[in-house]
Amino acid sequence: MFYREAGQFKTSYSADESVFPILQDRIGIAVILGLAFVVIPLTATSFTLSSVLIPVLIFSLAAIGLNLLTGYTGLLSLGTGGFMGVGAYACYKLTSLFPNANIIVLILASGFFSAGIGAVFGLPSLRIKGFYLAVATLASQFFLSWCFVRVPWLVNYNVSNAIEVPTRTMFDIPITGPNATPMTRYLVVLSIVVGMTWLASNLLRGRIGRTWMAVRDMDIAAELIGIRLYRTKLLAFAVSSFYCGVAGAMMVFLWLGAAEADSFNINQSFLILFMVIIGGLGSLIGSFFGAAFIWGLPIVLKMLPEFFGVKIHAATVEHLQFMTLGALIIFFLVVEPHGLARLWQIGKQKLRVWPFPY
Amino acid sequence: MDILYKIFIDPFVQMGGAPDLLVQTLWEGLVGGVLYALIALGFVLIFKASGVFNFAQGIMVVFAALTLVGLHEHGVPAYVALALTIAVMFGLAFTIERLVLRPLVNQPDIILFMATFGMTYFLIGLGELVFGGNPKIMIASELGLPRGAIEIKMLGGFVSLQKIDIAAAIIASIMVTVLAIFFQKTRIGRALRAVADSHKAALSVGISLEQIWVIVWFAAGIVALATGIMWGARSDVSFALEIIALKALPVLILGGFTSIPGAIVGGVIIGVGEKLGEFYWGPLLGSGIESWLAYVIALIFLLFRPQGLFGERIIERI
Repeated sequence: MFYREAGQFKTSYSADESVFPILQDRIGIAVILGLAFVVIPLTATSFTLSSVLIPVLIFSLAAIGLNLLTGYTGLLSLGTGGFMGVGAYACYKLTSLFPNANIIVLILASGFFSAGIGAVFGLPSLRIKGFYLAVATLASQFFLSWCFVRVPWLVNYNVSNAIEVPTRTMFDIPITGPNATPMTRYLVVLSIVVGMTWLASNLLRGRIGRTWMAVRDMDIAAELIGIRLYRTKLLAFAVSSFYCGVAGAMMVFLWLGAAEADSFNINQSFLILFMVIIGGLGSLIGSFFGAAFIWGLPIVLKMLPEFFGVKIHAATVEHLQFMTLGALIIFFLVVEPHGLARLWQIGKQKLRVWPFPY
Repeated sequence: MDILYKIFIDPFVQMGGAPDLLVQTLWEGLVGGVLYALIALGFVLIFKASGVFNFAQGIMVVFAALTLVGLHEHGVPAYVALALTIAVMFGLAFTIERLVLRPLVNQPDIILFMATFGMTYFLIGLGELVFGGNPKIMIASELGLPRGAIEIKMLGGFVSLQKIDIAAAIIASIMVTVLAIFFQKTRIGRALRAVADSHKAALSVGISLEQIWVIVWFAAGIVALATGIMWGARSDVSFALEIIALKALPVLILGGFTSIPGAIVGGVIIGVGEKLGEFYWGPLLGSGIESWLAYVIALIFLLFRPQGLFGERIIERI
């Protein structure tokens, strides 16, 4: 309805393999990026920036991380929260060890610590599968949570036992800490998320991503055609944890400003898993949809009664929120088990052929 | 050397030095294990028959216990409340089958797993809405459960056994026996086993999957109710109980997802291992290790038997 792709012929292999083969898609993504980088920072209020857009972007990155593991490699993990925590604590240690280093470099570097820990906790995946593996990854979640509480070295022996984010600047503009404006933090988060999403999409289109998908579809068959399972699975764990670790570091340094061990508990892991499943397993854009849905839904539900002028007790609202969230999760799964990404695809396809049914 | 001594020698010296304390710890581990096993049993029943990894089992325990206590608070006599709660659990099973399982039939496991998360959220909201979020006291004595403790003199000291714990162990064993007989001897039990073996084959010989699912979820609901009563009698009935579902997961992977004896044996191993570890090795690492110790025990077993102790052997074909 909006556009036709007729007449766009591909004349070379690289044109056929490009990320956005259709001209209109390239324009579309440019418009979206333009909106995100220029229009939103100019127009959005600081509330929207710091309690809607920044968390959605950060959770999208974490969801992409889990999607690489669960959606693309088929290894169900419930340890996301723990890996995010590793990133956050590693970043905190790094900032105190290297006070003069660039904070963005440190945030990205902390991902490597998370990747290392993730690869270690991925070791059981070589032997166990499916839900058994999911429960095994819970071990890492609980062990890491315990470490965050019990090892005071991780928080530099703070009395509060929490990460307190120091102020760090780049080009004399504060990026982290209490003085950083939501707009700067939003732009930093957006740049990192866009960069890493681009990286992920290329990773998935290449050899590595294809071996992951082969392992997901059937690991014995993948092994038979010469894919080394242990390397592939551990690499998936490492890369996924890298993404989660960076998301965790950003969550503390660019969004919350301070965090305790509780921020990385089992509920965080479940939340990310919801985002991945509701958004769509094995879909990058689904991770964004899922994060926006799961994060945005409670905010919308909180606003609805006020919007309609209905006075309900605050506790009742909270309970109703839980019920609606649960019911909506089931509803969406029943309507489209492949997540919002599939709905998006179906919608696009319908618009492409409109006004004809097919 | 010192640390090795503390890990490998010191705890055993302590055990030998105070055998009555060891027996007490073992007993407490055993009772804790029985309760884990009961939750795991609910999981296993559902996983066997419908292939659903039911994360909502923990909240079903809370919901059942809350319904029972809540009804009693509104002036319903204890045994009537018990009967009504059983009816509520049946209604729950029926609704879940209708609204969740039937539309999602033949979907990947992870989708059904996710749906049970949805149920968990829904039941948390519903439970808090109807009965309030405050901790409640289980109506243990009204239901005729014993109170107090027995002290046994042995090994040069005292071991004190809570009567409610003994009752829990007895009820758990009765329930397992009844379930075993039900599975082995009755017509419905045979149908259940057939469904567990293969959905398609069961359908083709005329077994109604829908009916079986309602029955299985109802059975899991009753197990949840029993667990809720027992656990509630030991502490309070509150939503904090929900986390015991997470405690039951290592029991499950240890025993195998599909084995009822596995759930019991796994529960006891985890319960005893957790208590011993916490009591004798805990001070070495700082407290709170029981949050992950169970998982580590289960993982060690899994490295040798990837399908759990009693799980069916995983045979993979291309």
